[in-house]
Amino acid sequence: MPEINNFTMNFGPQHPSAHGVLRLVLELDGEVIERADPHIGLLHRATEKLAENKTYLQNLPYMDRLDYVSMMCNEHAYCLAVEKLLGLEVPRRAQYIRTLFDEITRVLNHLLWLGAYALDVGAMSVFLYCFREREDLMDVYEAVSGARMHAAYYRPGGVYRDLPAQMPQYVASPYRDAKRLDELNANRQGTVLDFIEDFTRRFPGYVDEYETLLTDNRIWKQRTVGIGVVGSERAVQLGFTGPMLRASGVAWDLRRTQPYAAYADLDFEIPVGSTGDCYDRYLVRVAEMRQSNHIIAQCVNWLRQNPGPVITDDFKVAAPPREEMKGSMEALIHHFKLFSEGMSVPAGEVYTAVEAPKGEFGIYMVSDGANKPYRMKIRAPGFSHLAAMDEMAKGHMIADVVAILSTMDIVFGEIDR
Amino acid sequence: MTDALENLRQTLSAKLGDTLRDARIDREELTVEITLEGFHAACLWLRDDPACRFDMLIDVCGVDYSEYGDGTWEGPRFAVVYHLLSLPHRQRIRLRIFADTELPIVPSVVDVWAAANWFERETFDLYGILFDGHPDLRRILTDYGFVGHPFRKDFPLVGTVEMRYDADQGRVIYEPTRTEERVIVPRIIRAEEGGRYNARNQ
Repeated sequence: MPEINNFTMNFGPQHPSAHGVLRLVLELDGEVIERADPHIGLLHRATEKLAENKTYLQNLPYMDRLDYVSMMCNEHAYCLAVEKLLGLEVPRRAQYIRTLFDEITRVLNHLLWLGAYALDVGAMSVFLYCFREREDLMDVYEAVSGARMHAAYYRPGGVYRDLPAQMPQYVASPYRDAKRLDELNANRQGTVLDFIEDFTRRFPGYVDEYETLLTDNRIWKQRTVGIGVVGSERAVQLGFTGPMLRASGVAWDLRRTQPYAAYADLDFEIPVGSTGDCYDRYLVRVAEMRQSNHIIAQCVNWLRQNPGPVITDDFKVAAPPREEMKGSMEALIHHFKLFSEGMSVPAGEVYTAVEAPKGEFGIYMVSDGANKPYRMKIRAPGFSHLAAMDEMAKGHMIADVVAILSTMDIVFGEIDR
Repeated sequence: MTDALENLRQTLSAKLGDTLRDARIDREELTVEITLEGFHAACLWLRDDPACRFDMLIDVCGVDYSEYGDGTWEGPRFAVVYHLLSLPHRQRIRLRIFADTELPIVPSVVDVWAAANWFERETFDLYGILFDGHPDLRRILTDYGFVGHPFRKDFPLVGTVEMRYDADQGRVIYEPTRTEERVIVPRIIRAEEGGRYNARNQ
């Protein structure tokens, strides 16, 4: 009888389904995984060390680059930390705008996840559908912040500016005729809120489309049901948060249990799974997209009726309005100090967390009273999830590793930081 | 919320006794300092006691206090900070233990919370704090063969080595870094007005 040895295989860091730069060392017995050892850190940029050397405002754009598919949620956690240290109240309208964009971000993130997951498992078309909808939401990002991804829209004390009155439109070009142009601009005639509202009306139909393609699909079920099962107690023990925890049957969502921004006033449900396998995690995330859509619609409604300031009037934290700077000496001093020296934050330490699309995204910030953080630790949800890779993959086949990896919604920007 | 935290603080003070060095509530967050010797037992108690039930470890990180407040810090240099979450009680707590400056070793809590595994590896990697009882204490975020612990305050921001492809040798080589560190905005602590700068009130 021939002697059969385990052998070791490298997965990544250049593998397309390694979701970035994961190097996974797999120890195999035939085609069965004996041990999976993720090597991370290939995207390590020492964001936390950089943060110690930048002022509070300069640090904000770095947050976008952590989890680069849920940009504004990261900014939200950072702003909450600074605001808590300062003891600052944020205007109500700013809180609603933040809630609105947190949920838009959640939809963006889950769309990318769904598309990429289906692609990893072998379904091409879902990816194309998902990116069609992402485009609309990216346009909303662009309309408010000028950037499609790295928005830097939230600021300590509120958001950078109010929602623009006009949704940007497509312009004429040699590549599209007048009829096509009118079609593209049909839902862009009004304000940004009109455009978002139009999206919330269309979106449930789109989610139905994805579900038609996947939910009862036999191949999809064969690839996901019973793969990477994590029980509820084990999920808590492993530090899972977000959809990973809820799919295992634990109804824990920071938006409900420790509400921030405007979530306490909004109506939404927390989808919870039961078995904790890849298929449940898929169902939970799809249900979350529907709930997010519901929240977006409520926020749009509220924002229509309640105009007001969107950033704090404490000029030691946020810059005064531009008109005021032209005439007032104080305003000019405030502006100059804020963008040269930056704001000083009272000494102390805080931990703030938001329910990011991937789980609990937290910022632990230590300040010694200077204009820069003394220590900032970023708690990334994906870090704990990926740490459980070995446990989840053990005993499965090679092809399942891809399914398990994808189901965690891994983004290396936040894991390697 | 605050009452519940105050109750928890008193329970901890009564139960942990000498193990507890300090417990204070600041900005609606409870921070508890525990002695190194009693730390592991205290963690087990915090996880299992019905009044606490801190069943989830959210985060572990190191802090290097050597330059805190521009060098006014007098305590030990290294601390390890743990953030715990209790799902049944919807409460959070922060634990802090100080480690010896020369040879920082703290007990590992991997056997209490499995989630601690990678967090402790990260803390070891970035701060050089050793975790006694950790099953697999390897570097995690830095490069293979990295020297030093980059998040210590005495480690330069630009690093010590840089990497490039050398065409003559036909491979990637490491060299001492040529980048110079520059400070654009200096670090300033303002004592007046509770730490905030003093433009005349409008």
